[in-house]
Amino acid sequence: MTTLLTIIVLVFILVAIWQMIKIFDLAQTRTKGLTPEVATDKDNSLNGYLMIAFLVFIYAITIVCFVKYGDLPLTSNSASAHGPTIDNLMIITMFVIFFVQTITQFLLHYFAFKYKGEKGRKALFFADNNKLEAIWTIIPVIVLAGLVIYGLNTWISVMGVDESDDPLVVELYAQQFNWKARYAGADNTLGKANVRLIDIDRANILGLDESDPNAQDDIITTELHLPVGRPVLFKMRSQDVLHSAYMPHFRAQMNCVPGMITQFGFTPTVTTAEMRETPQMQEKITRINKIRVEKSKALIAKGEDALERYEFDYLLLCNKICGRSHYNMQMNIIVETQEEYDAWIAEQKEFKNSLLN
Amino acid sequence: MSAHADNHAHDDDHGLHHHKETFITKYIFSQDHKMIAKQYLVTATILGVVAVVLSMMMRMQLAWPEEPNVIFEALLGKWAPDGVMDADIYLALVTIHGTLMVFFVLTGGLSGTFSNLLIPLQIGARDMASGFLNMVSYWLFFLSGVIMVGSLFVEAGPAAAGWTIYPPLSALPMAQGGSGMGMTLWLVSMAFFIASSLLGSLNYIVTVINLRTKGMSMTRLPLTIWAFFVTAIIGVVSFPVLLSAALLLIMDRSFGTSFFLSDIFIQGEVLHYQGGSPVLFEHLFWFLGHPEVYIVLLPALGITSEVLATNSRKPIFGYRAMIASILAIAFLSTIVWGHHMFISGMNPFLGSVFTFTTLLIAIPSAVKSFNFITTLWKGNLQMNPAMLFSIGLVSTFITGGLTGIILGDSALDINVHDTYFVVAHFHLVMGISALYGMFAGIYHWYPKMFGRMLNKNLGYIHFWITAICAYGVFFPMHFIGMAGLPRRYYTNSNFPLFDDLANVNVVITLFALFGGLVQLIYLYNFFVSMFYGKKAVMNPWKSTTLEWTTPVEHVHGNWPGAIPHVYRWSYDYSKPGHDEDFVPQNVPLMEGEEELQH
Repeated sequence: MTTLLTIIVLVFILVAIWQMIKIFDLAQTRTKGLTPEVATDKDNSLNGYLMIAFLVFIYAITIVCFVKYGDLPLTSNSASAHGPTIDNLMIITMFVIFFVQTITQFLLHYFAFKYKGEKGRKALFFADNNKLEAIWTIIPVIVLAGLVIYGLNTWISVMGVDESDDPLVVELYAQQFNWKARYAGADNTLGKANVRLIDIDRANILGLDESDPNAQDDIITTELHLPVGRPVLFKMRSQDVLHSAYMPHFRAQMNCVPGMITQFGFTPTVTTAEMRETPQMQEKITRINKIRVEKSKALIAKGEDALERYEFDYLLLCNKICGRSHYNMQMNIIVETQEEYDAWIAEQKEFKNSLLN
Repeated sequence: MSAHADNHAHDDDHGLHHHKETFITKYIFSQDHKMIAKQYLVTATILGVVAVVLSMMMRMQLAWPEEPNVIFEALLGKWAPDGVMDADIYLALVTIHGTLMVFFVLTGGLSGTFSNLLIPLQIGARDMASGFLNMVSYWLFFLSGVIMVGSLFVEAGPAAAGWTIYPPLSALPMAQGGSGMGMTLWLVSMAFFIASSLLGSLNYIVTVINLRTKGMSMTRLPLTIWAFFVTAIIGVVSFPVLLSAALLLIMDRSFGTSFFLSDIFIQGEVLHYQGGSPVLFEHLFWFLGHPEVYIVLLPALGITSEVLATNSRKPIFGYRAMIASILAIAFLSTIVWGHHMFISGMNPFLGSVFTFTTLLIAIPSAVKSFNFITTLWKGNLQMNPAMLFSIGLVSTFITGGLTGIILGDSALDINVHDTYFVVAHFHLVMGISALYGMFAGIYHWYPKMFGRMLNKNLGYIHFWITAICAYGVFFPMHFIGMAGLPRRYYTNSNFPLFDDLANVNVVITLFALFGGLVQLIYLYNFFVSMFYGKKAVMNPWKSTTLEWTTPVEHVHGNWPGAIPHVYRWSYDYSKPGHDEDFVPQNVPLMEGEEELQH
């Protein structure tokens, strides 16, 4: 139905355009003596004004997007120790970008308006100026040098893993189309694994080496629980195609590559419960639930079930095209206090006890 | 120098010699560069329409995910039972849209059309260095296009691993329906395409180096030619690497090798592959893939330089700086590919290096943008449709280019990699910008191609609505990307987290549909003006370059008489001391007149 309505609206718009063209044609003054289909002073003037209108449009769409969608971005409220550094860099870079964008778009469109052609006027013959070229080479060099230095510092601090912090080692295991987590157990050392060792009949689903002593206490789960405040080192593995472990709230992402182990480490700083209480998240949850209630009304009218109320959870999403159900490859992440985490992990089965014989 | 002169003597003979042409030699297996340019343009237009229709379907799916849609039912058949799109075909639409647009429309279509049309005409040559290779190049392009479109009709579905076709997804038919016959055809098509592109590029390079008319030194060349020339060099350097990646992938797929595959367990069985790495494929792919961005963009920027100068009635500002920035961009483009792979598992130190080289590219890009803007300053701007598209290009190039500073910065890329932020960025900076460049070229050189004028009012409407829709589609997209929405999702409804982005998606889709439909106005203008447009005069835009010294009616060999000689650079607009506001390149210097030390 929506589609049909859309099509009808579009048809009407096309008719409107057709009318506009006719008006344009009728408004044409006699073109005798002029080269056909080449802009006249009238065209120059009209399009010059439209350039200014377009500049206003660009500014307007920028403002509208920031006001309306500006609170959607993940540029605040991060949940990891390194998150704020990335967010600061993002905000500074955005500031630079929008400063440059506002000025250059103004110059471009204003010049297009100001110098719109008139018969008989001659343009300024101005072909070269080394000073100007030097200025707009050096200014970007300085600005970019600053951004590069800041960016690389951030990058190195984010990607560097400090083993002396005694991070919790967790494997993220990707397959079409779900995630598993493997905890290293009491020894905090992951047992050896290879997909060639997968034995579905014995429920060795991640291909752990059954003879490796380190593997015995490993714990495989379908939900990722993390204790708050402790560094985590993720080891990523994939069994079939490329996947990408994307944890936007933690400003973390790394590809999972079959045949190799990749890694990414961070320290979660905000528990799931605390995050749900933050004003930004409260607002987002309210907004989303409002939308879901509206949607549910329509669904109930159609005789279908209403949508569940949304409650926030951190998510691990797949962010590398991986096949048919790529759009639904997700795992919940629960950040909790050390006590809650200990209680949860104690309930999980160790690898040696999970095997079937 | 004497060899040079001999060449021209020979060329002049050739120009006078008219041989009989049949329909087939004139319109189909033509070796005339002007006809080949038109063949490229029409083929690319048709493929472009297909690609746009695919993207419209993607947008409708994203805006109204679960709803049955009569359009899907009509166009997708078994892939949309009861009008609900299948998840596999969504990924196929993504893949084929990207492939057609990047390679067929904006590489083959853009370079193929304008390099062919303009290189001989603007440098003063009778034709390309090898007319025969040029013809072969077009027909390989045509063949690869037919195969690519044909792959849409494969039983198990067309290639659906994204235009980047990363293995193992693209290598294993059991990973995805589209990785069977669909992917085979994709690879075969690309092999032909690359062959076509290499033949074309070699021809462009040789022609520019050897066949310039007397007086046409490299620093008198129009910037279009510089852009086409450097683009061809980048193509020759980087396309073979993609070919090798494609061949190795074919080996992995069909002959059991393990270049890109290792330790794979899929659908309950372990595959024999061992020791390869998908990351190797990513390196090979992006060694072409990133220069490809500039293969798409540089010709558009070259066309813009020419159109802005002509319509501003001013010399392009900073001619030598423009050449230097083209060369700098070309060089840097071959050492930045790793910025597509910051989080691929590549060593983070390499990431630092690529961040550095990537942000360097912003410098020549900034120089180009400022030079474009300064070209307008104190000009006498003639707002022809081509001019509007060129100004539009500068606008989207800046908007899209600036967000590259975020994506090129490895630390920031972690969080926006593969989200809609990327989609917004590259569509603005290379998709829309290159498309605007192509439109600018078409509106500007249509009279040269078809001897008739495009209707300017339709052109104005085409530009303004397209411009508004382009921003309407891609500007909000940055924000849903920053909200963490991954690209290439068939629907977002499995993530309540993204529910508040659904209405943004509807807005984007409405702009996209409208923007897509407006292209019908352009198509109407394009095809109808070919037969009913107003007759063109010899030099409608009062341009200085040599192509406007050829007669409106095409002749084989371009100039009925001798090839004109060149006495000045290509941007003598509004030069003091001349009555007219332009001095064609073939006009000798007046007594006492000095050529600008540009």
